[in-house]
Amino acid sequence: MARYGMVIDISLCSSCYACFLACKDEHCGQDHLPVAAAQPQMGHRWMNIKDIERGKNGRVKVASIPIPCMHCQEAPCEKAAKNGAVTRRTDGIVLIDPVKAKGQKQLTEACPYGAIYWNEEENLPQKCTMCAHFLDAGYKEPRCVEVCPTGALLFGDLDDPNSEVSRKMADAAALPPGNEGLRPLVKYLNIPGMMVAGTVFLPDIKECARGARVTLAGGGSVMTVTANGFGDFEFENLPPGQEYTLTVEMPGYAAWKTTVKTDSHWVKSDIQLERL
Amino acid sequence: MAEQIYTNCTVCGPVHVHVENGRITRIRPLQLDDSDPKDWTIEARGYKFTPPRKVTVGQPTMTERDRVYAEDRIKYPMIREDFNPNGARNPQNRGKSGYRRISWDEALDIVASEIKRVQSVYGKEALSAMTSSHHCWGLVGYKASAFKRFFSFTGYTQVLDNPDSWEGFHWGATHTYGYWWRLGAPEPYDLLEDCLKHTDMIVHWANDPDTIRGGYAGQESAIWRVWMRKLGIKMVYIDPFCNFTAVKDAYKWLAPRPGTEAALAEAIAYVWITEGTYDKDFVARKTHGFEEFKAYILGLTDGKPKDPAYAAELTELPEATIKALAREWASHRTMLACGARGGFGGAMRTAYGHEWARLMVLLAAMQGMGRPGSNFWGAVLGAPCNTEFVFPGYADKAGNIASPAIAKIVPVNPVKQKLYRLLLPKAFTDPPVSWMGEGFCGESLEQQFTPFRYPMAGHSEVKMFYRYGGSFFGTMCETNDYIAMYQSPRLECVVGQDIWWTPEMRFADIVLPACTNLERYDIAEASSSGGYSQHASSGCNRRICVMQKKCIEPLYESKSDYQIFTELADRLGFKDKYTEGLDELGWCRRFFEFSDASKYISWEEFYKKGYFVVPMPENYKPTPAYRWFYEDRVCDTPDPAPKKTNTLHTYTGKIEFVSESLKHFTPDDTERGPMPRYQDSWEGHKSELYKKYPFHMISPHPRYGYHTHYDAHAKWLWEIPEHRVLKDGHPYIVVRINPENAKAKGIQEGDIVKLFNDRGVVLGIARITERVRRNVVHVYTSSGIYKPLEPGKPSPDMGGCVNILTSKRFMSKKVAGFAPNSCLIDIEKWEGQ
Repeated sequence: MARYGMVIDISLCSSCYACFLACKDEHCGQDHLPVAAAQPQMGHRWMNIKDIERGKNGRVKVASIPIPCMHCQEAPCEKAAKNGAVTRRTDGIVLIDPVKAKGQKQLTEACPYGAIYWNEEENLPQKCTMCAHFLDAGYKEPRCVEVCPTGALLFGDLDDPNSEVSRKMADAAALPPGNEGLRPLVKYLNIPGMMVAGTVFLPDIKECARGARVTLAGGGSVMTVTANGFGDFEFENLPPGQEYTLTVEMPGYAAWKTTVKTDSHWVKSDIQLERL
Repeated sequence: MAEQIYTNCTVCGPVHVHVENGRITRIRPLQLDDSDPKDWTIEARGYKFTPPRKVTVGQPTMTERDRVYAEDRIKYPMIREDFNPNGARNPQNRGKSGYRRISWDEALDIVASEIKRVQSVYGKEALSAMTSSHHCWGLVGYKASAFKRFFSFTGYTQVLDNPDSWEGFHWGATHTYGYWWRLGAPEPYDLLEDCLKHTDMIVHWANDPDTIRGGYAGQESAIWRVWMRKLGIKMVYIDPFCNFTAVKDAYKWLAPRPGTEAALAEAIAYVWITEGTYDKDFVARKTHGFEEFKAYILGLTDGKPKDPAYAAELTELPEATIKALAREWASHRTMLACGARGGFGGAMRTAYGHEWARLMVLLAAMQGMGRPGSNFWGAVLGAPCNTEFVFPGYADKAGNIASPAIAKIVPVNPVKQKLYRLLLPKAFTDPPVSWMGEGFCGESLEQQFTPFRYPMAGHSEVKMFYRYGGSFFGTMCETNDYIAMYQSPRLECVVGQDIWWTPEMRFADIVLPACTNLERYDIAEASSSGGYSQHASSGCNRRICVMQKKCIEPLYESKSDYQIFTELADRLGFKDKYTEGLDELGWCRRFFEFSDASKYISWEEFYKKGYFVVPMPENYKPTPAYRWFYEDRVCDTPDPAPKKTNTLHTYTGKIEFVSESLKHFTPDDTERGPMPRYQDSWEGHKSELYKKYPFHMISPHPRYGYHTHYDAHAKWLWEIPEHRVLKDGHPYIVVRINPENAKAKGIQEGDIVKLFNDRGVVLGIARITERVRRNVVHVYTSSGIYKPLEPGKPSPDMGGCVNILTSKRFMSKKVAGFAPNSCLIDIEKWEGQ
């Protein structure tokens, strides 16, 4: 007997939406009873994708986070359900019973991920089933995983210690990491943190400050990087809410210093060093 | 009935289609099995790269089920309610009037009798017909096939396409390095391997590979970008929009002011020349006219050096950054990637876009194009590929049922008169029109200089227009003009044939419902267009030939295009000649037998399995693009050049800084002169219009649709927030604007905004993002939805056809290309009417 799990590597997600569309293809307008009733043609996002735009001033990145049901083994929806409407299979998949769950709107509010959707017409809460009916029919992966072009979605058997998903699960974290207590079967790699970045110029000679030494000190650590040929530097995956001192140094130029706080991403694209 | 699983193919990749009880239940990327040939491996820098053993498809393909059963399918033959072929035709009401259902017999009788009537009264040329592109896949049913065979028998005024996807490369780069047989795009062979082995940096200039995906190649190159990241290849993006690839892996994003890209190119050349960091040996051996170019760049001829300070003022990039770009480029082994196939990209669909395209080839040349790791490559084609295996693509001479390679009876269109797509509105409302260039000039450079006039001497104007597909409002320029075109009394009859109610169908007098390629038989190789993009399936990790099975019966009363044309041919007396006694499956078999697949498996085996994966040759030997040229050998790549030599097919055989072909044909052209250079855009920051309309609108090809296709029909796409956003039940197109501009305009995220200029008004929904440069509005072109507030009149369009706002002015005086990315507009919050 398998125990399923999914590891989502955010750094590999290109936001192509193939997973989102494959889910619609599988579920919209067609029942897969007893696992799932038909998803409405529009309005539900059983495989949701959250794009998070990070940065500003010419340094912009987008982290795309696919969010299906996490199939929590300590599932808040299971606790909120009446009449045994939410069940956990031995393979770990959490299902909302399409008959017993009728009218149980409270389930949509119970999920901390907003992964349970309300079907107004059917008076029914619904969500990702990990394509349990598809797996039960002998297929190897849920539809979303099957269509992922980069391997950002990885699915497999956690009971097999040699499976890729087992190996990667060891390094993966719940989303957000504070939610480990829910014991989700879906976990993440490369959850983005905060960014401090900038571009350094030498205005006296109208050049980029290639080789400038940039130091970020704070929270008990000191990190140093060297500005590249464009004068760019970057510190990534910093903790939020931390205060740092940022120092930019270049021989022959006055050091440039400022305080930055990672309440938001910090990007300054025009750090001008003064010639000594 | 038990589940059936069929093979088929789409514009974005091959699929397995699950069907239960006559209804499609699933569309999956084609599933390979263990008997399919093993995949290639590239060894590079200590790694072995093998593609995952699965087929990927583009986003639109995943919505095929939604699209097939879309609400806006044309269900029955229809007639415009105030169109009477024997009485009042009311052309002025096209686009306004409703429709009533008629029988197939009635509809086909009217169409056939109208064809007979106009051709007997005015001449064969009085009939014209025009397709859209890319709505379906398959060698029998695609536009160049069943359609072409039918109209070649009837005779018709053919409408020449402008080379819209290649525009600047077609009209420009061909005069710099040849490749007119690729419409100006470069050869792509084996550059994936070359990149993985040798490249340190890729400059993506107007290139979003994760969005354009090699055209038809699904998401096959997505994994290549993962590999490149693993190798630490630095990605530089030059684009006013921090595009979908850039937000994932940019080492540097540079956002020049639109229309000034050529000045940036000049300044890069300036740095290389003054610092001596170009490939002097290659330039001396393999190029022509460099000294003249050098003198111009240094300002020796006009006293104005094209230095970084000059470019900084035009582009609004820091002077230091321009220098850094030039130095990073020269000090790394760098690929220059301009658009999907290396010869596309939004910067070439601009005023004087041919100049940018030519400068791109010249920059690649200055860095020794063809040496290991340094090349001219769009980063989405050029996987290891068995190019010896023949399977025709739709644009190949053998890729259609009108071809002598496939058909026994070959029709020849007797009509010499031509029209030009970009001039249709004027031709049908205010003829005559004239232009220079034979549309897609893929046969020779000289074709670009052929003069045309419509009506041709001694010929009738077009009186009947047969429209197949309906994409103009979302794809052409200044597209409110198409309203007047359709309402012109010069057009006595307009026929529309399509699967869905695409915008132009609502301007037709008679509407004929066709079916999708999931509802009929066809055959094709995935991703292969052939023709001008020879070996485009090298954008995929394997070549797959697909038997496109009929999965379900045609829905409602729809029929296949081949069937519709067969029934019309019957009424016009040439059914037997048209069909040669074959149904669609019969034609499929002819293609199979022509192809090399028949050397590997029988028709019966192919039909049963549904696909054939082309094996790689034993001991595959890569022949990287342009290596032969760099090393001064005879071309050893599979490129279909007219002649294999050690030279290019320019007049000098070299890369021409000064074009001898342009000197020969248009020596007095000051806009596309012999030597390329930056010129202020005729619709840019220095034009008079800029005072009134201070925003540049850029409108690249869409990420989540395919041209205009899927967008209007597959509602699942409307729930992708970077594609459309539903507000009050309407799916508005996403309009991206910088926070600084949005604040000044009082625009908030999610506001309905109007984009406008003197050409029209288009509505969209605001997305406020740092990804767009200041004073630029980014919105994807090719809206499939056209929803004017007052149908049949130029009025604000809720659909999002931003092409209403783009100028119909030609790229330059003697170049009949369009320039939709030179477009000035203003933007305001829409307060409703």
